[in-house]
Amino acid sequence: MAQAPGKRPLSPHLEIWRWGPAMLVSILHRITGNGLAFAGLGLLLWWVSALAGGPESYQAFLDWVWLAPAGGLQTVTAVLGKVVLVGLTWAFFQHMATGIRHFVLDIGAGYELEANARWSSLTILFAVAATSVFWAFVLLR
Amino acid sequence: MGNGTSIGRVRGLGSSHHGTHHFLSSRLTAVGNLVLIPFLMISLALMPSHDYATVHAWAAKPLPATALILIMINTFQHARLGVQVMLEDYIHEEGGKIAAWLLVNILPLAGAAFGIVSVVRIALGGA
Repeated sequence: MAQAPGKRPLSPHLEIWRWGPAMLVSILHRITGNGLAFAGLGLLLWWVSALAGGPESYQAFLDWVWLAPAGGLQTVTAVLGKVVLVGLTWAFFQHMATGIRHFVLDIGAGYELEANARWSSLTILFAVAATSVFWAFVLLR
Repeated sequence: MGNGTSIGRVRGLGSSHHGTHHFLSSRLTAVGNLVLIPFLMISLALMPSHDYATVHAWAAKPLPATALILIMINTFQHARLGVQVMLEDYIHEEGGKIAAWLLVNILPLAGAAFGIVSVVRIALGGA
């Protein structure tokens, strides 16, 4: 039997595919969600327990995560701390935006190809913009 | 849920007979986080300073302390549900499943309890 000419629709395939906005935000939702669950909640517990432990333990938290007055290893962890905090902020905004997208999809809306791609792309733009605005406000005010 | 037609007997149960609760709890806690986390972020961003006295005085007030305790309950429940879905997708061996089951059923509860005790200590004195 001869091959049918022209472009025929192809079934989804394990190896033959390309990235689109919807699949990108789908995996981003999972990555940011699990990042927030482990790194975010871990840091939240460290912060709140350091605050409950008194001035010294809270200062130690600040020193290791942000200030690094002692230099040495703290210089490294303070850089990491800033990267992680900005990363968690971005992860939260991305996860929030794709989460709201999921609410829209849950009611059965937004499955048209163009609308789906457009709103998927917008969640990425929103997360980057919101993260920038948040940290600009915190650092510059 | 009825007991008449075949669709009536399974409606609302899902294939494992309890997935609906997981789905709804995930959405419910998502709405909670939608309020609680921006509250925490805006509060932290608006603080004049992030030294011990300022942050501790803020966290000890009734409204922030309540929000922090709700955050401990809500985020850990939401995270537990999400991590469970991730593990179900990627872990297929029996031993791994048992380890994952222990992880998602014990760690979030322990973490939330530790967080709540910390907030209570901040709010009700000590240290």
